[in-house]
Amino acid sequence: MTAAAAKPVVRSTAHSIVEATPRARTVAGGLVILYAVITILPLLWIVATAFKSQSDAIAYPPKVLFQPTLEGYVNLFTVRTRQTPDFIAKLPPPQTWYDRLVRQRDMVIAGPSKVVPRFVNSLIIGFGSTFLAVFLGTLAAYAFSRFRIPLADDLLFFILSTRMMPPVAVAIPIYLMYRELNLTDTRLGMILLYTAVNVSLAVWLLKGFIDEIPREYEEAALVDGYTRLQALRKVVLPQAVTGIAATAIFCLIFSWNEYAFAVLLTSGEAQTMPPFIPFIIGEGGQDWPAVAAATTLFVVPIVLFTVVLRKHLLRGITFGAVRK
Amino acid sequence: MAQIRVENLRKSFDQFTAVQGSNFTIDDGTFFAMLGPSGCGKTTTLRMIAGLELPTEGKILLDGEDVTFRRAAARDIAFVFQLFALYPHMNVAENIGFPLKCQGMGRREIREQVQETARLLRIEHLLSSKTSKLSGGDRQRVALGRAMVRRPKAFLMDEPLGALDAEFRHLMCGELRDLHDRIGATTVYVTHDQLEAMSMADQIAVMNKGRVEQIGSPQEVYDRPASMFVADFIGSPPMNFLRFEGGLHSGDRAISFHDTRITVPEIREDRTSAELALGVRPEHIRFADAAPVRGEVFGAEYLGTTQIVTVDTAHGRVAARLPSSASVQVGETVGLEFQSERLALFDVGSGLAIRTASQESARHG
Repeated sequence: MTAAAAKPVVRSTAHSIVEATPRARTVAGGLVILYAVITILPLLWIVATAFKSQSDAIAYPPKVLFQPTLEGYVNLFTVRTRQTPDFIAKLPPPQTWYDRLVRQRDMVIAGPSKVVPRFVNSLIIGFGSTFLAVFLGTLAAYAFSRFRIPLADDLLFFILSTRMMPPVAVAIPIYLMYRELNLTDTRLGMILLYTAVNVSLAVWLLKGFIDEIPREYEEAALVDGYTRLQALRKVVLPQAVTGIAATAIFCLIFSWNEYAFAVLLTSGEAQTMPPFIPFIIGEGGQDWPAVAAATTLFVVPIVLFTVVLRKHLLRGITFGAVRK
Repeated sequence: MAQIRVENLRKSFDQFTAVQGSNFTIDDGTFFAMLGPSGCGKTTTLRMIAGLELPTEGKILLDGEDVTFRRAAARDIAFVFQLFALYPHMNVAENIGFPLKCQGMGRREIREQVQETARLLRIEHLLSSKTSKLSGGDRQRVALGRAMVRRPKAFLMDEPLGALDAEFRHLMCGELRDLHDRIGATTVYVTHDQLEAMSMADQIAVMNKGRVEQIGSPQEVYDRPASMFVADFIGSPPMNFLRFEGGLHSGDRAISFHDTRITVPEIREDRTSAELALGVRPEHIRFADAAPVRGEVFGAEYLGTTQIVTVDTAHGRVAARLPSSASVQVGETVGLEFQSERLALFDVGSGLAIRTASQESARHG
């Protein structure tokens, strides 16, 4: 420190190639913030719309400041019938705040809507297929990475080739096959389908991660008394956790957002959120606040999952890019 | 503590044969080095002994018991890897205690054993450190600790010092040998570094292209190499080979080398005319004006106490190790005198050494 301070200050126009100048930092920071605003703004708009009344939601020019209401959420979670004011006046006084809210609009609650079962379907199918894809992907990737498998390269290419066309291109054969197998509109059917699509991605991503883990680790464990499976669980997996987290997020994002197959193969029992959300618009006019409320709810699990695994994800994306 | 016996061991990967028909016995308590260039099959042999690789053919016996197809964990052998293979998600004590945990030993007992091992390796102060914070030498000590902690029948080490810098390597060489002397366990040590092998091993197996070329004490493989490969691989600079055509008769004490005669150890086999090579170690050459083999000094490499002088002769370039006090002029013509009782003869066709009195004494000594 003192040695550095004692040096005369040299003014130079040369820049260090590894350290950014303060101005470059400011510009970079500004760009990042601008980009963040551009991407976050639509999300904020949806969150805000969910708290608007129906007329505020479609007001022109758009309202930035408005009287917040929970009407959108109430509409999302309930099925209502329109009644005459006379009929409503004859009813016993409303029991809850949402009863009161609905009656102000000349309606009564007829029962819960289907949003909760649909959301549960999404959770089960999304996380179920993600778990299966990552589980199978990890085992397959480990095998490809560690064992001498005949035709390994061809098999890997074959696995990758399943992603070379849009999955929807095979929608009709899959539909016919599912009808034969009685898998249409079942959670199991959707889990299997999404797993099949995701597992190729999982194998390729995870193979890269597992290749990076020196095989000496598990060999040491094998010599020290573990079986192959124990070594995989206790030694390889803890080190592959970054890659597994990153892969899980990619898989979940796909199966959570998937729309085309969900529309084609589910209509009732196993319907997920993506085909359900546009369906809300049709009920009782253009209920944008309810749609926005549904969208907000729909985004929450992905955001939570990503935040939980954030640390791993960031390391995962850059993993292997630089030799340590 | 165990004797390791390898019988007709062979290993092929598809078209490539990594190890072809090795046979050797490693006696209990021996420090046995497998030495050879990369790709010679030494690591594959070691991995087969460990059970990390299954042989295509042959048998591996541990204390007379056939363990060829037994899984690694059931062999009671410890393996030390070149890259240490310390588990990055565990600290030093957990790393050392890991094999005991695998065996299901109780926590208190593990702690005692780990302490004991750490004391032996003088790394007690590091027990709670993260492995990523350790220096190369300390990592290697931890890896050794993990190998030692469960008192295995034998230690297998795959270039354990390869990842260390030269200074540390030298230090660890001494420590390893010292440790071996204290524990007395059979150790199989794979290396491509002849200095490591020479300085530590009781027995050295020199391997080339999947075959064991020679097994012997460091002195045997150095003084009485069984083949041109061994003579060339061991020693720095390697043995000089001076080629000549000729026949040999059992009982001869000299050979006709081109136009002169050179005294050699008594020859013990007959050879009709063939391409032969006279093997001379650089340190067995002296400059003598009267010597019949002559050449022109090409260059000198100063090494402190000695210097390596290269001389261009009619039969090829020859390296001689001379005291650094000798003054040598580049370009001057010198005569080369060989220390006759240390000379070796090789058949260039087969690459094998020709039996002589000094070779014979190797077999019986």
